[in-house]
Amino acid sequence: MPISLNQHTMMIKIAIHFLCLVLLVNQYWLALNDDLGADPVEAILHFTGIGAFNLLILSLSISPLVRIFKFTSFIHYRRLLGLYCFLYVLAHLLSFLAFEVQFDWQLFLNEIIERPYMTFGMIAFVILLLLTITSIDKIKRQMRKSWQKLHHWVYLVIVLASIHFYMSVKSDITEPLVYALISLILLSFRWKKLFKYFR
Amino acid sequence: ETQALQYEKQALGQQVLTPESKVISHNNFYEFGTAKSDPFNNSQGFKVEPWQLKVSGEVENPITLNYDDLTSMFTLEERIYRLRCVEAWSMVIPWVGFQLSSLIAKAKPLSTAQYVAFETLEDPKQMPGQANRRLGGGISYPYVEGLRIDEASNPLTLMAVGLYGKTLPPQNGAPIRLVVPWKYGFKSIKSIVGIKLLKTQPPTTWNRLAANEYGFYANVNPEVDHPRWSQASERRITTGGLLARNRIETQMFNGYGDEVAHLYKGLDLRKNY
Repeated sequence: MPISLNQHTMMIKIAIHFLCLVLLVNQYWLALNDDLGADPVEAILHFTGIGAFNLLILSLSISPLVRIFKFTSFIHYRRLLGLYCFLYVLAHLLSFLAFEVQFDWQLFLNEIIERPYMTFGMIAFVILLLLTITSIDKIKRQMRKSWQKLHHWVYLVIVLASIHFYMSVKSDITEPLVYALISLILLSFRWKKLFKYFR
Repeated sequence: ETQALQYEKQALGQQVLTPESKVISHNNFYEFGTAKSDPFNNSQGFKVEPWQLKVSGEVENPITLNYDDLTSMFTLEERIYRLRCVEAWSMVIPWVGFQLSSLIAKAKPLSTAQYVAFETLEDPKQMPGQANRRLGGGISYPYVEGLRIDEASNPLTLMAVGLYGKTLPPQNGAPIRLVVPWKYGFKSIKSIVGIKLLKTQPPTTWNRLAANEYGFYANVNPEVDHPRWSQASERRITTGGLLARNRIETQMFNGYGDEVAHLYKGLDLRKNY
């Protein structure tokens, strides 16, 4: 019996859930047991940060793929990828608070205010939080046209994420530059929209 | 392959050592790559024999140490030191070595010698970070460091040839490295081939790359932040995994103020970071 399109979509969604959750849980499990290198805190921060960026890139790849390359069924995965991006960002931020500064709130706030790359990261987090809350169907319907406007802020998020990554490295800027380039390519698919904003 | 060393042991006291497995698998040595695990992963074929360490410059008696001299010319002793990385993590490491002051004395410095410059081996065939700009983090090679002559002559300043009772593994700077425990880790240059006494202050690698972030002195100082993070506290790498409560306050001069604070009397440590 051939599987229907719906079943197919469902299977891919389950695969996305499985991958995102298993990878995340596995890293935390290893880190808790001190099996993630000499500094599990650093390892977790890197994993969740890069993971969130990867998910952001994937979710922003969806609409160009649908619009230009006609992979129309991909649209079903956009929200899920966006939500997992937020989960990874949340894990990134909470891990910084709990394991890096270890609930030294004074230090936490100082770092976010005083260090530009931390400030940019925090702004990106707040925007993603708003996008996540408003992705609930009921709220989305109530927001009507303003929903689309709000969700365009994700373009700012990928710019902030690129700067956050670039500024956080010590000297080797290859990896942040590759991510910034991918971000620019993704933004270039929206150039008309962005142009309209800034006119 | 590391070998056992003969040395005078030091009492551990109250300090908790960073496990050997972590000391040898987590550090910066950009010659072998920029990730913390790269030095361990990319250095295991590194050849330390034969080795030559030349002491030259403003000295009466230039000397060259061969591989065997490194462990036999001076009596070796254990020194358990805190190592504070500029990135705000730290370890406690039992080094084995001899005082740099003994080596300098042997070379008989001239009165004109004011600074000591150090240089790491340059060998792109063995050090992938030197052969590939991306792997090497974009810093210029060979890695160079420097101290004032009085800093170099301080009894704390160690030439380490081993850790945990054995010769240094390649990733930790075999066969011989500097350890300056009151300064950020990047001052403690690894795999040294040249020590030169100079009249003037030598350039240092990280200062050349980002002068606003890394100064010549690089003394551990909780009151002077790195532009991108606070230096007021640090995470001590030991055991316990993710939940280890390992954030501790950073001590001025990494806790070695009694031994070294007098070196900086009258110096503005905010300007001379």
